Amino acid sequence: MLIDFFLHLKARKLPVSTREFLMLLEALRERVSGNSIDDFYFLSRACLVKDESHYDRYDRAFGEYFKGVTEIPGLESELPEEWLRAMAKKLLSPEEKAKLEALGWDKLMEELKKRLEEQKGRHQGGGKWIGTGGTSPFGNSGYHPEGIRIGGESAGNRTAVKVWANREFRNLDDNVELGTRNIKVALRRLRRFAREGAAEELDLDETIRGTARNAGWLDLKMRPERHNKVKVLLFLDIGGSMDDHVRVCEEMFSAAKSEFKHLEHFYFHNCVYDFVWSDNVRRHGERLPLWDVMHRYGNDYKLVLVGDATMSPYEIMHPGGSVEYNNEEPGAVWLRRLLDTYPAAIWLNPEPEASWNYRPSIGMIREIMESRMFPLTLDGLARAMRELNK
Amino acid sequence: MRFEGSSTYVATADLKLAVNAAITLQRPLLIKGEPGTGKTMLAEEVAAALRLPLLQWHVKSTTKAQQGLYEYDAVSRLRDSQLGDDRVRHIGNYIVKGVLWQAFEAEEPTVILIDEIDKADIEFPNDLLRELDRMEFHVYETRETIRARHRPIVFITSNNEKELPDAFLRRCFFHYIQFPDRETMVRIVDVHFPGLKKELLTEALEVFFGLREVPGLKKKPSTSELIDWLKLLLAEDIPPEVLHSKDKKVVVPPLHGALLKNEQDIHLFERLVFMAQRNR
Repeated sequence: MLIDFFLHLKARKLPVSTREFLMLLEALRERVSGNSIDDFYFLSRACLVKDESHYDRYDRAFGEYFKGVTEIPGLESELPEEWLRAMAKKLLSPEEKAKLEALGWDKLMEELKKRLEEQKGRHQGGGKWIGTGGTSPFGNSGYHPEGIRIGGESAGNRTAVKVWANREFRNLDDNVELGTRNIKVALRRLRRFAREGAAEELDLDETIRGTARNAGWLDLKMRPERHNKVKVLLFLDIGGSMDDHVRVCEEMFSAAKSEFKHLEHFYFHNCVYDFVWSDNVRRHGERLPLWDVMHRYGNDYKLVLVGDATMSPYEIMHPGGSVEYNNEEPGAVWLRRLLDTYPAAIWLNPEPEASWNYRPSIGMIREIMESRMFPLTLDGLARAMRELNK
Repeated sequence: MRFEGSSTYVATADLKLAVNAAITLQRPLLIKGEPGTGKTMLAEEVAAALRLPLLQWHVKSTTKAQQGLYEYDAVSRLRDSQLGDDRVRHIGNYIVKGVLWQAFEAEEPTVILIDEIDKADIEFPNDLLRELDRMEFHVYETRETIRARHRPIVFITSNNEKELPDAFLRRCFFHYIQFPDRETMVRIVDVHFPGLKKELLTEALEVFFGLREVPGLKKKPSTSELIDWLKLLLAEDIPPEVLHSKDKKVVVPPLHGALLKNEQDIHLFERLVFMAQRNR
């Protein structure tokens, strides 16, 4: 029976090994746990799963195996989030957003509240979740899709069944969450230590060896210190459709900043053209020609572009297509120039990967990037870092 | 030997099970979890509960696996040789025993804590594979093999800063300490402050979990921060009503610096409170 369970886990793409399976059997033989299914769940999880980002996958596989029929457990807890996101977008149309943004934050909040009130009357199910959001003392966080919390943390006596059925570890799945810390871990894959530069550190082993060879006369040997020599150029798309992704980009940026010693960042809007800027507040005053950037930073820099690549195809393909000014050369030309200068380059896209096919501009950028475009999830970041390391 | 939690440490059922599995099968237990959920404390508590000596090895970015076994103090030997000290003739005088060696030759079973293993170099866990698996190692300088008399109980904590190699993971049990829910939290606080007034605790937990819900915080307050905060509340003798006032009037909870450690977080939080006050 357990062999089938083991194979089932394997089929669900959990990285379980025979050695771990034998460990589980050994633990069962030693009667480490009681006989209840809860105990077995915890024990098998401790034996077989070695990464909390796999907990969710394990919960699903476990549920499937021991319950048989539930095809998509947790579907009901996933729908509202999507639905809420959709609603936040639906309630305030882009024009309204723009209009309200001009009015200021407070007005915006009021407006949204009013809408949610109306919504309460019409939608029974929907009102409940928004209600929870509203009672929070700091509430009103409804505008940003990220801001809405659904349901709330589970309380009460938690049994294992609830754990796997509720899929409490869903947030730890590496396709979903992107906290600053997680990004740091992902970015760290790019770290490359190298010995370079002047001699700085006493090499004890070599000194001893040298001294012994000198029959006891001290022979000091030095070696250069190790340091992180990865250099990164970060280009961030800002404004417009990127506003929905501000938070995830902020996290990504703050993580990158603390992770790389040599990090230069620039902003652009939708697509890169003749110039970029490095301070968004003074974007009109302090522009930096892209040529200067390419000349100043050598081709050992790794290029990371972050943007949703969602724009009109004209902005990429035609001169004068930019929404901001009359550009002489199309964005595609500038993007190719960047890629020619920096062979190691990737594009990170905060839009979900599944939606890429429906946006022509994403397809075009991807083509220019030679499909080096990755979603801004942990898994995507990891793949991107692997690509950069090639 | 079984670990059933202790009077100073609240262990959930799944944690106890993982600890007991590791004790029974004599395999290392790898612990991960949010900072401040009691990863390091676990080893201390297990050692205290089982009345076994605890050997701690705090890993730093410069730590080498070899240092856990032994170190050959070549510099002292070199110095002694120039001074003509007699000890210099025997290399054994210059071998400094590491944590694992001490545990291996102890008369009774021991508990080893390898703290924050992810801080070390990427090769660090791999270099310890054989030692943790077979519980033996070879001393090259004196040509002897050290074997464990009793297999120690090994706890390893990680903050997830680096990925650990698969080969290493396969040899361990793994447990992720989840952030405690409200009930567990009440038990935890109870252990630390037995005489705490009910109202204060309820109000404090309300504020605490509310704060964890605030979107966009860079570092959410954790258990250890809650404990510190409660300590401060008690020291300042703050009545529960002050915390409660949030229904009628939104205020910044007193001493919130103990909960929020990040300047940006405090700023964001104060701004949110300010907005909430204006919006009502």
